Amino acid sequence: MTTLMKGTRWGRPELYTDYRQEMALLNTRSKKAGTIAIIALAAVLPLTVADDLLAILYAGLILAIGAIGLNLVTGYAGQVSLGHAFFVGIGAYTAAVISGDPDDRRLGYGIELMPVWLLGAGLAAALCGALIAPVATRLRGLYLAVVTLGLVFIGQYLFREFREISGGAEQSRRAAEPTLFGMNLTEDGAWTEEQKLYWFGLGLLIVMAVLARNVARSRIGRALQAIRDRDVAAGVMGVDLTRYKVIAFTLSSFYAGICGALLYASIGSFTPERFGLLMSVQFIAIVLIGGVATISGTIMGAMLIALLPRIAGELPAFVPFLSGSPSEHPNVFEFQEVMYGVLIVVFLLFEPRGLFGIWHRVRTYWKSFPFSY
Amino acid sequence: MSEASGSPVLAFEDVHLSFGAVKAVNGVSFTVNEDELFAVIGPNGAGKTSIFNVLSGVYRPQQGRVVLEGRDLLGMRPPAIARLGVARTFQNIELFANLTVVDNLMLGRHQHLRYGTLAALLWVGRARGQEVEHRRRVEEIVEFLELEQWRKMPVGLLPYGVQKRVELGRALAMEPRLLLLDEPVAGMNLEETEDMARYILDIRDELRIPMIMVEHDMGLVMDIADRVMVVDFGTPVAIGTPAEVQRNPDVIRAYLGGDPDVEAAVEAGVEAAIAAEDEGASA
Ligand SMILES: Nc1ncnc2c1ncn2[C@@H]1O[C@H](COP(=O)(O)OP(=O)(O)OP(=O)(O)O)[C@@H](O)[C@H]1O
Ligand SMILES: [Mg+2]
Repeated sequence: MTTLMKGTRWGRPELYTDYRQEMALLNTRSKKAGTIAIIALAAVLPLTVADDLLAILYAGLILAIGAIGLNLVTGYAGQVSLGHAFFVGIGAYTAAVISGDPDDRRLGYGIELMPVWLLGAGLAAALCGALIAPVATRLRGLYLAVVTLGLVFIGQYLFREFREISGGAEQSRRAAEPTLFGMNLTEDGAWTEEQKLYWFGLGLLIVMAVLARNVARSRIGRALQAIRDRDVAAGVMGVDLTRYKVIAFTLSSFYAGICGALLYASIGSFTPERFGLLMSVQFIAIVLIGGVATISGTIMGAMLIALLPRIAGELPAFVPFLSGSPSEHPNVFEFQEVMYGVLIVVFLLFEPRGLFGIWHRVRTYWKSFPFSY
Repeated sequence: MSEASGSPVLAFEDVHLSFGAVKAVNGVSFTVNEDELFAVIGPNGAGKTSIFNVLSGVYRPQQGRVVLEGRDLLGMRPPAIARLGVARTFQNIELFANLTVVDNLMLGRHQHLRYGTLAALLWVGRARGQEVEHRRRVEEIVEFLELEQWRKMPVGLLPYGVQKRVELGRALAMEPRLLLLDEPVAGMNLEETEDMARYILDIRDELRIPMIMVEHDMGLVMDIADRVMVVDFGTPVAIGTPAEVQRNPDVIRAYLGGDPDVEAAVEAGVEAAIAAEDEGASA
């Protein structure tokens, strides 16, 4: 490879002395301090928050992992997928099968070692993603959305019909139980089940979020965004579209699989019906509300979506016309059904950059505080 | 026709490309030599951009050969052609609007960065080492094109003229063996045009990258091009030095539909081209 300079001197000496520092994940002191503060706050939360709320927050942390996956394929690579719930389901059933009781009438291998079933779930989902990606890469935009929507219905059918695995329609199957250092996280001990699960979920989310950010800032992440912004130009610049769409779907599905494996740990079981269109829409809502192509925004979005039923439950106390009883109209349950849609519409119209955009603006405002209007 | 100096980098041989009844490229042949700035001119819809699209693998011609440094490019997909060293800019800027200037240029280096998805996930080691190294290369281009003040801005927010420059930078970042410029100064004011002309000449004379430039700005083409090809309705009308082409009666006919007075025809041809360009810019 010949150097671009070929002996000529190009301009002034470098202003930057250390690109490694410039390219670091937390490249400013305030980012570093802020991130540490948020993680510390999140870590001590279980000491003060009630267990029922912690269970909701755990679901939010795990949903965030799945939503980060969707953001990789939809937010970064621009491939709208309505099929995310399918991969979450694959993860949930794979983990349940690997760790399941071998004596049960349903398939189970009794391998309770968490790294095994967790990775197994991620890889099984990733494999499905990789297999489906080539079909998906031939399609764009609306067509891709419709085909991936079909995936959800195929998944629903498969999950119901493979009775040796799921038990059949509306049959619940025990979720895999996370154990860490020989400690079953779903049993109370020195700490409650909810506390332990929450800390585990927080730790795993941080790891998964950092990995995703790494991909996003790498040549892979740039290629995905290039495909999203201008696919013809991306090809002309040397980006192999098919290859990178397959990478996007595979990674995304891996995250979905991990999410599925852990999502029901606190509830204890799940049914095939869980992995329907509503779940896919929920993930789309998280990505849109959190902000397209941002990892931190996705986490915010997931927490908001997880907390939404709880927030809605509190609403009748503040909103006089909203009833807490299902027999009166309008009631909170009706409200819950429409709120994803309402939130998506509101965010798309008023804050397309999502919660990340709001947070970004607040931050910029405070940064320039003494000088702002 | 002038004798070409040096050995040809690119040979474009009898290429035919049609869309249904429209013959976009109809038997075009030319060669581009080392260190040469080869210009392609012609009226709107003459097939200039189509030639670029054939060269970069976006369109597949029905007939012909395109040979870059001994290798036939026909049938190759755009990324493969990019890897062989063909870079281009687009008539209507095709930047990645949400990426910063630096990231757009880094994307130009995509094929030079060689690490996989696993290395990217973990970042430390291979991935980081290469990112740092290539970031340094990108900085050279930032300085060369005087883009310092926009480095970290998403390109979608930049003024048009700067975007044109970033697109040139992205193509340069690929370290091309052949650079295709599709109307690099279209829609630019005089000052921006002069800057761009300076960059193009530096690329030819200092970086020594052979170029094909499609341009409606006759003044610029006649000033800086080594050779010029005129196309009309997908058909080559003339190839030669700017002086030769300006004197060629076929060229005058292509631009004017036949005028005996050569001098006046050239004048009018230039004006027609400028008018066409203005029209294109305002559209
Ligand atoms: N993808 C396509 N499908 C159908 N027709 C096309 C396509 N691309 C180009 N053409 C036709 O081919 C002819 C040549 O177009 P091309 O864009 O190459 O012209 P051009 O010389 O670049 O013109 P301009 O100066 O306006 O940029 C035109 O008639 C155009 O309509
Ligand atoms: Mg054109």
